[in-house]
Amino acid sequence: MEPIYLDHAATTPMDEEVIQAMLPVYKENFGNPSSVHSFGRKGRQILDEARRIMALSIHANEKEITFTSGGTEADNLALLGTALANRHKGNHIITTKQEHHAVLHTAEELEGLGFEVTYLPVYENGQIAIEDVKAALTEQTILVSIMFVNNETGVIQPIKEIGELLKDHQAYFHTDAVQAYGLIDIDVKELGIDMLTVSSHKINGPKGIGFLYANENVMLKSLQHGGEQERKRRPGTENVAGAFGFQKAVELAMEHKTKRKEQYQAYKELFIRTLEENGVQFEVNGDIQVTIASIINISFPGTNVEALLANFDLDGIAASSGSACTAGSVEPSHVLTAMFGKDNPCTTNSVRFSFGIFNTEENVKEAANRVSRIVKRLTA
Amino acid sequence: MKNNKDTRVVIGMSGGVDSSVAALLLKEQGYDVVGIFMKNWDDTDEFGVCTATEDFDDVVRVCNQLDIPYYSVNFEKQYWDKVFTYFLDEYKAGRTPNPDVMCNKEIKFKAFLDHALALGADYLATGHYAQVRENDGRVEMLRGVDDNKDQTYFLNQLSSDVLEKVMFPLGHLPKSEVRKIAKEHGLVTADKKDSTGICFIGERNFKEFLSEYLPAQPGEMQTLDGVVKGRHDGLMYYTIGQRQGLGIGGSGDPWFVVGKNLKENILYVEQGFSHETLYSDALVATDVNWINTDVITETFTCTAKFRYRQKDSNVTVTVQENGNVYVEFAESERAITPGQAVVFYDGDVCLGGATIDQIIKNNRALDYVG
Repeated sequence: MEPIYLDHAATTPMDEEVIQAMLPVYKENFGNPSSVHSFGRKGRQILDEARRIMALSIHANEKEITFTSGGTEADNLALLGTALANRHKGNHIITTKQEHHAVLHTAEELEGLGFEVTYLPVYENGQIAIEDVKAALTEQTILVSIMFVNNETGVIQPIKEIGELLKDHQAYFHTDAVQAYGLIDIDVKELGIDMLTVSSHKINGPKGIGFLYANENVMLKSLQHGGEQERKRRPGTENVAGAFGFQKAVELAMEHKTKRKEQYQAYKELFIRTLEENGVQFEVNGDIQVTIASIINISFPGTNVEALLANFDLDGIAASSGSACTAGSVEPSHVLTAMFGKDNPCTTNSVRFSFGIFNTEENVKEAANRVSRIVKRLTA
Repeated sequence: MKNNKDTRVVIGMSGGVDSSVAALLLKEQGYDVVGIFMKNWDDTDEFGVCTATEDFDDVVRVCNQLDIPYYSVNFEKQYWDKVFTYFLDEYKAGRTPNPDVMCNKEIKFKAFLDHALALGADYLATGHYAQVRENDGRVEMLRGVDDNKDQTYFLNQLSSDVLEKVMFPLGHLPKSEVRKIAKEHGLVTADKKDSTGICFIGERNFKEFLSEYLPAQPGEMQTLDGVVKGRHDGLMYYTIGQRQGLGIGGSGDPWFVVGKNLKENILYVEQGFSHETLYSDALVATDVNWINTDVITETFTCTAKFRYRQKDSNVTVTVQENGNVYVEFAESERAITPGQAVVFYDGDVCLGGATIDQIIKNNRALDYVG
């Protein structure tokens, strides 16, 4: 059976153009950007151009872009880096119960280091409430980290309101925009974002590279020590070919943003419509009106996610529960638990489908038909 | 009949050498093999390390070597409700439970079988040393050919309806051959040590483990005549026939546990391996399962095992009206233990089994064995 990829929120295939762009860099531009010779300078040129494009894409200054190995590292750098550098201003951090583990587990680490962390609740629509942020803020708050789009439900968070709320507060505003970037317009200045995480492999770029935008006023302690790269914020020889591929992916994402958004939204609607037409029992988790085009999280009452995902895979459907795996077994989703409570069955019967460049109208429809067959068999 | 290519076999993989080789053999036979790792127990320690993670990692590596898909399934809740609760209840009742028998009955060949069927499996396979055979329209379970590894004792609660959907790819092999196959194929688990003990306790100290769940009530050790010989740490830590850990000094033969008085919290001990109070001539067993009920008559002779890896003994079985069995021994037996399984055989065919409840001597139930 032809495999159909509906897990673009986990990772995406690389654009052919990106691959083609990277190959010559590997062959011809191997120089170390820090070297004082022509080989090095060529590498540095590529890197700086990539940085310029990244900055442009979020209306930032290129000095504010720090390349990292990806989203997890950028989140770690944002949280640990600012917490450790701003301890004199306070020891309180605000985040949410539905963050990616790159943020959640880092916040827990900070608790271990003596910081106080408030984990904001998530409501059934999948959003946090701006009033809760307001209520949690104290004079001690130095950092607020709230994701742009949730990676499991696709629900877009009230980023602009948070940015506005924090405008006159000392706390930095960090947002993990890994799922938002490429489909949602992001202007960090307008949105009042001080730090923002982006990952290349979520937007059809290569794996192993991402960036952290940090406003030039942000005091940030580096977590690695060594060379002077990335203005000492992230020492280590740069991933030049990766940066170039990332740049290409960003350019393509910016160029095709509107088209892709419409396309993915259409796939999502087609997918849901097909399930309905097939008479499948399901519910969408989170308010679909505030959900990003590429992600849909669906609960199938009377099933369990372990049987669903294995069956999907055996029938060629690649999807995921979006939650962490422990010894390979799927634990109840912490996001859905935050939304619906821990005993709600949807925490163990929901699947995330996410659309991207590997999809076509035909394969989305075919996937929805296969999913329908499996769900009906399991609930028969 | 479907050909092998279109026959889906879901195999339970533990990350050990047995299930690895079982998967390999199925793959070589051309089946549509799907590997599943079952997580039944959360043993995550304070550092977040859990042996299940390592075992799953081995499953992943073996499945990738064999190029078969792998998934995992979590039965922690079912295991707790059906196996662990029973395990604790039996200890509370002063008996010696067999969680492996219960795990096979309730988890591996029930919950897991259901899961396998939900994945479109035609068969469920495991790395157990046992054999399934169709004979005269009946599905039978036979001992594994490796007498030392035969695991039918633990599988005695399965029915032919279940066995019909089961494959034991290792049943016809001696363990040494299994290791050899694993080595020949370079399976990463070829040299992995066999797991020992009860799965959820693992390598940990049994006494310590049990004390985390059941309050230990120390009390007196006495002979059946009431002579105090010392103190015990809690009745649940002892089993009938046990010699180790009594700490009774003095001259002469070693001392053995011969019984328990739950009401008065007394552990009965007597001196000498062959002390007569350890012997009995019959038992009554409950929770009887017959693999094929139609071959069972009201009274019949067969052989039986009263514990794992014991030689068979000749017995006469009488099925009572309430379904329990009265099992009379041809020769008196030592240290029959309530809570353990009695498993019946006709030659190599396993007939079924039951849970030992009462121990009988001279037509009377021995009240001192609990």
